[in-house]
Amino acid sequence: MSQAVTPHPQETVRQILQRYDRDPGELLQLLVEIQHTFHYVPEEAVSLLADHLRVTRAHVRGLVGFYSFLSDTFLGDYVIYISDNITDRMLGNQDMAKYLCSRLGVKLGKVRSDGRVSVQYTSCTGMCDQGPAALVNGMPVTRLSRERVDRMVEFITARTPVTAWPEEFFQVEDNFRRSDVLFRRAFDPGTALKAAMLRGGDETLKEIQFEEAVDPASGIAWKRGADETLKEMYRSDLRGRGGAGFKAAIKWETCRDISAPERYVVCNADEGEPGTFKDRVLLSSYADMVFEGMTVCAYVVGAGRGILYIRQEYWYLKTHLEAVLARRREAGLLGKNILGTGYAFDIAIHWGAGAYICGMESAMIESIEGKRGKPRKRWPLPVVAGVEKRPTVVNNVETFAAAAMVALKGGVWFAGHGTMHSTGTKLFCVSGDCERPGIYEYPFGVSIREILRDCGGLDARAVQVSGPSGTTITRPEFDRVLAYEDLATVGTFMVFNHERDMFEVVQNFTHFFQHESCGLCTPCRVGTSLLANLVDKVAAGKGSPLDLEEVQKISQLMKTTAHCGLGQTAPNHLIDSLVKFRGDWEKRMMVTGFVPAFDLDASLEEARQLTGRDDVAAHL
Amino acid sequence: MCPDSIKTFFLDGREIPFREGQSVFDAAMTAGAFIPHLCHNPDYEPHSSCRLCTVIVNGRPFASCTQPAVAGQMVQSDTPELREMRRVLTQMLFVEGNHYCPSCEKSGNCKLQATAYDLGLQDNHFPQFFPKRELDASHAEIILDRDRCILCGLCVRVSRDVDKKSVFAMTGRGIHTVIVVDSPSGLLKDSKVTAQDEAVQHCPVGALLLKGKGFDVPIGERIYDKAPIAEDSVAKFQAREAHIHG
Ligand SMILES: Cc1cc2nc3c(=O)[nH]c(=O)nc-3n(C[C@H](O)[C@H](O)[C@H](O)COP(=O)(O)O)c2cc1C
Ligand code: SF4
Ligand code: SF4
Ligand code: FES
Repeated sequence: MSQAVTPHPQETVRQILQRYDRDPGELLQLLVEIQHTFHYVPEEAVSLLADHLRVTRAHVRGLVGFYSFLSDTFLGDYVIYISDNITDRMLGNQDMAKYLCSRLGVKLGKVRSDGRVSVQYTSCTGMCDQGPAALVNGMPVTRLSRERVDRMVEFITARTPVTAWPEEFFQVEDNFRRSDVLFRRAFDPGTALKAAMLRGGDETLKEIQFEEAVDPASGIAWKRGADETLKEMYRSDLRGRGGAGFKAAIKWETCRDISAPERYVVCNADEGEPGTFKDRVLLSSYADMVFEGMTVCAYVVGAGRGILYIRQEYWYLKTHLEAVLARRREAGLLGKNILGTGYAFDIAIHWGAGAYICGMESAMIESIEGKRGKPRKRWPLPVVAGVEKRPTVVNNVETFAAAAMVALKGGVWFAGHGTMHSTGTKLFCVSGDCERPGIYEYPFGVSIREILRDCGGLDARAVQVSGPSGTTITRPEFDRVLAYEDLATVGTFMVFNHERDMFEVVQNFTHFFQHESCGLCTPCRVGTSLLANLVDKVAAGKGSPLDLEEVQKISQLMKTTAHCGLGQTAPNHLIDSLVKFRGDWEKRMMVTGFVPAFDLDASLEEARQLTGRDDVAAHL
Repeated sequence: MCPDSIKTFFLDGREIPFREGQSVFDAAMTAGAFIPHLCHNPDYEPHSSCRLCTVIVNGRPFASCTQPAVAGQMVQSDTPELREMRRVLTQMLFVEGNHYCPSCEKSGNCKLQATAYDLGLQDNHFPQFFPKRELDASHAEIILDRDRCILCGLCVRVSRDVDKKSVFAMTGRGIHTVIVVDSPSGLLKDSKVTAQDEAVQHCPVGALLLKGKGFDVPIGERIYDKAPIAEDSVAKFQAREAHIHG
């Protein structure tokens, strides 16, 4: 059945609306469902949504314009996105995109005239260890090859619905290559939560769990197990795995200690940093452990509501995650009466819709509330006033998984691994030029060289640690270690061998940030575009040393004045590259003086189009 | 010296008194110290987007309009580095849109232009982006020229919080961010906006203008013809402060 532009979408939209509360917080979730249904957001839906949720049309349009995976024009029966991380490029995604477009007879970025299909690029889809990757109607296709593209074209030509494509087509591998103490065994659901609740006594759950008391000193209600588990969290010294490395115990305690009628626990599964895919693997194979970590956190801080905020790229995990949550409810590990203790907590899933900025916690909270993913004012912090202004703990997927293990095995056990200031183990997402890309678990303190040896990447010229917003490490630095004492990291580890031109890496990253800037603040909104233009100018052989100074100046400005981490870290790779791989820039520069960015011939393009001319005389 | 009961911080070596809950920016302006700014208006919620008001607080940069004043903190604002950064931010705003000051009705009343003078801007420096955003002249009394919009968000906040109409919102992302109007057609004429709305009075630039008022006040007698923005906005700030807090 063709899904082409539905003539009267109102009825279907109304049916969808019926399944949602009249809560403005549902707007993004509704838009996601409408986009999946129609492959665009019809104008009729904008009005119906606005009326149903009592928000303005402008607000609805504001979201459609903000999120990459929402569109106000029809994208075709088959909507194809090609992942465009540098690792996809190194595996030939551009050739694949060209081949696919020519086989389909469609122009990149356009919908085929019969409305059957469109193909466009998207930011990294988190399949870097099995690229080049794509998404077809939300489903991931990995390891694109000519053969795979040919088959896709056959299905599309035959109008075979994506649900009827062979399952192996959408097979995503874990590629878990090395495990250490946290992920060595499968996780036994319930064990960590029971351990948390029983901490501080050897009684049975029934005897101690109702024993709630008010601490005379702070006036705060506490449960012994919760209190003792928080102490274990302190002993573990567990630091957030999402980038900033903030100590989880401090965040949890702050949240607990603010008096409020409700609290939230939010799991950050936005995983937007190009080259990062560990949270995907955890959610496919250790979802119970992650949910259990959230539940332990909720128990410790006294939260009743949990949210998993997950990127749209992982839509294919929806059925699986919902099944895990349902199973946990049945097992009494979620719901109104957890393990018979009377404690109530549940987890809802919120889908992102294509926006790297939504990994930034206050932008994520805006998105959870059904708004554009725009970072909030710096103060108050989300832990003080987060979702619906309630105290909110936001932690990364891996942080919650680790917290479950702290609850189970204790803080001292956890702190026995890793280094002095970076306890425990860390997942690394290895991709790029190496023989065995995938997930590697190491205790903190592992050196770059050791990972390169294990993954078969000894020909490395550089490693991009922590993604485009992180650090570029060169050969002489390979003995540096991954730990807060030296190189802080979210675990992204992209390897580039000696044949790679590091300028191409820079060009890819610069365009990523330009595409992902939320647009709120001047330095990042304008700066990311200026930087992308300057890098393109150098790429076109028109760069001069003055342009490199300009890159430095804008980079510095962004680091100092940008509102949030995105703009502050977006220039990191440029600053590194200009120091460490200046040669790759300079070999593109033919002149040493000033060259204007203004291109006289290009500026005549509009006149050429108006006059319909493209002959030699119409060019300079 | 200020009496001990009054809390103070230091701005460029000068002691600045503040009320509990006041921002660094509001306290500084009240004390007569000008900090360049475009997206903040003390009557409305700040949202720290233009970043011109960036200062260094105890060694770290923050937007002063959303940074709470804390007793004893050391703040730097009038330094060559920060002046240069503000200059570059202003240049960025100039190249991002189309600002032909000599032919703009807002000239002389425009905060962007006045700030450029204050910072000694000589040129736009960067290549122009020449955006082509939709112009909305559909309304009988109001015009929205999106190419002059600096995305300060004031119309959005004021229409939502004061007029309670939420006529304006933003759509797009990054460099493609633009103002949208709430109406079925997306045009001003079909929206609830009126020329009396607070939201259309505070645009710092010539993006939202009232029709029929063109050149009511001749060039040469406009706000920033009479006093540079540093003097004018400090004076207004202090008058407002005296009015509200006595
Ligand atoms: C632009 C930007 C993107 C981010 N993306 C993510 C992300 O995808 N996942 C994540 O866990 N944290 C991300 N963060 C960090 C979060 O803001 C936050 O610090 C983190 O979720 C806290 O959890 P943790 O303490 O467990 O690391 C991002 C931050 C910024 C500034
Ligand atoms: S730094 Fe970039 S992403 Fe962050 S608020 Fe500013 S424009 Fe948005
Ligand atoms: S129209 Fe004016 S008030 Fe509204 S965001 Fe643009 S510059 Fe600010
Ligand atoms: S005035 Fe503070 S950021 Fe604009």
